[in-house]
Amino acid sequence: MKILVLLSQVPDTTARIAFTNGNTQFDANGVTFIVNPYDEWYALVRALELKEAAGAGSVTTITVGGADTDATIRKGLAIGADEAVRVDAQPTEALQVAEQVVAYAKDKGFDLIIAGKETIDHNGGQVGGMVAELLDLPYIALASKLDVAAGKATIERDVPGGVEVLEASLPLVLSAAKGMAEQRIPNMRGIMAARTKPLTVIPAATTDNVASTTSFELPPAKGAVKMIPADEAGKLIELLHSEAKVI
Amino acid sequence: MSVLVFIDTRGEKLPKAAQEAVTYASKLAGGPVTAVTFGGASGLEALGAQGASKVVVARGVQAVDGQQLTKLVTEVAAKEGANTIVFVHDGTGKSVAPRVAAKLKAGHVAGAIALPEGDKFKRNVFSGKAQAWLQVSSATKVISVMPNSIPVGKDGGNATVEEYSGDLGPARITVKEVRKAGAGVPLPEAELVVSAGRGMKGPENWGMVEELAKELGAATACSRPVADMHWRPHHEHVGQTGVAIRPNLYIAIGISGAIQHLAGVNQSKVICVINNDPEAPFFKAADYGIVGDAFQVLPKLVEAAKKLNAER
Ligand SMILES: Cc1cc2nc3c(=O)[nH]c(=O)nc-3n(C[C@H](O)[C@H](O)[C@H](O)COP(=O)(O)OP(=O)(O)OC[C@H]3O[C@@H](n4cnc5c(N)ncnc54)[C@H](O)[C@@H]3O)c2cc1C
Ligand SMILES: Nc1ncnc2c1ncn2[C@@H]1O[C@H](COP(=O)(O)O)[C@@H](O)[C@H]1O
Repeated sequence: MKILVLLSQVPDTTARIAFTNGNTQFDANGVTFIVNPYDEWYALVRALELKEAAGAGSVTTITVGGADTDATIRKGLAIGADEAVRVDAQPTEALQVAEQVVAYAKDKGFDLIIAGKETIDHNGGQVGGMVAELLDLPYIALASKLDVAAGKATIERDVPGGVEVLEASLPLVLSAAKGMAEQRIPNMRGIMAARTKPLTVIPAATTDNVASTTSFELPPAKGAVKMIPADEAGKLIELLHSEAKVI
Repeated sequence: MSVLVFIDTRGEKLPKAAQEAVTYASKLAGGPVTAVTFGGASGLEALGAQGASKVVVARGVQAVDGQQLTKLVTEVAAKEGANTIVFVHDGTGKSVAPRVAAKLKAGHVAGAIALPEGDKFKRNVFSGKAQAWLQVSSATKVISVMPNSIPVGKDGGNATVEEYSGDLGPARITVKEVRKAGAGVPLPEAELVVSAGRGMKGPENWGMVEELAKELGAATACSRPVADMHWRPHHEHVGQTGVAIRPNLYIAIGISGAIQHLAGVNQSKVICVINNDPEAPFFKAADYGIVGDAFQVLPKLVEAAKKLNAER
């Protein structure tokens, strides 16, 4: 089985969020970057588990980004991916990223393409579905469980009020949500091996430009918190009713 | 602007998020819109109240098969001459909207939180720690609306319901089984949420949390370690790597307020924090706070909620 995992780079979850250039750019000053948790913990690890269970196949990661993403990409190799591809382009927007991924993947015959549920910086949840459409493949978003047998995938996903069990034939595109796998910490052997695994940089394809983020803003600061003594806790309910008017 | 809206109406009653999306679409259009849906739902005429003049329903589609539904949406959009297509930013919307956007080479606003200003749409980024303005430059636009972003419209009359009769091709995704969970309010749509963390000590103590939620008519949620330890189901986990919510009220009990937790809940209109540690970081993000032991405070809240319900 040939699996492609879409790996993106995002600011660390504890990073201070600030903007520069008149609020048009993320301020990367002093920020540590990591592999997007959904891509690393769920998409990549499940891909590796499927390959290990089959005892054959390959796991390739693809990242659309500049040379500044190489260290993040190596983390994917240290966890166990066989090879990595980087499309040398700054990601600007979901369709652009999807078109870059498709330009690479279209003639490679991947059985499974797994994206993360969403990036934790852009929060779009778009790229996987766009890749699927451009490759004319089925797409299951927010998969929390994935099994493959005899060319068929069985997928679970949370829906309002329960869990849906779905079936689709390969090739298939998925986005991975919590539950699909358990996070793996790379060991020393993996980290050493990652140094010599192939990381191929390919030039960017021409893409469409349909949308752009023009500026950012931070949410307004909260006012002072109103404290209620613990022995009068019931007052909270009264205030939520009469003052905040939310219940 | 000619606007089409795609919604999932497969449940027993019309989902609130679907009604919000129809309202959003008709506000965008400045008049009545056409809605597209699928499955066996009844009572679709009622979407007229939110501004739908017509509802086109593809009865044959059962699963959220993105390829069938993309064909449905783009065909109806072409027929109606719609250049803007509105979705809900939920599981169904996320399965179909990016496909439609890629097919039509349309700019896609994933998770609009308000009506646009000019050609710019506001959306959450950095897991709710910031907002961004997205400018769509393509002639065709796809807009997925975040639940709880607009009050549901109530003014219109009845919509006409039309059955889609075209051929959407074979389904490539089939539903094998649906396992029903508890009947409660789905978390992303809930207006009131009662949430608890590791401060509750163990799953056996959630009875009080559930009782408060029941009295308030709220959904329940939890912090990540609580879901990881299987005290509560995974779909209740809120935060940066869980569900992001923006209810009117979020009550956090025994949750420290780590930055990754706040990321998913800090868009709530009113936040109440109950924690026995006055230094808990969550108090900085709160509107109301109680420093105290959850095991003493919760029964008082339940009692007060019962009293309020009795008076109403
Ligand atoms: C990459 C990454 C992503 C993450 N994503 C998420 C996420 O999406 N969501 C999330 O929630 N976390 C997330 N986390 C974890 C997060 O950092 C915190 O560890 C977590 O939120 C803590 O959960 P908690 O507040 O329930 O537990 P704790 O931090 O243990 O806090 C328990 C709180 O309960 C209080 N308490 C104890 N006893 C009582 C009592 N009797 N009465 C009242 N209060 C009491 C304590 O004072 C304390 O403040 C993430 C972490 C990482 C590294
Ligand atoms: N620049 C990128 N390079 C590779 N994959 C990406 C990139 N951006 C997003 N993805 C993938 O698409 C998923 C959804 O991203 P998004 O649509 O931005 O929320 C991510 O979890 C990744 O798997």
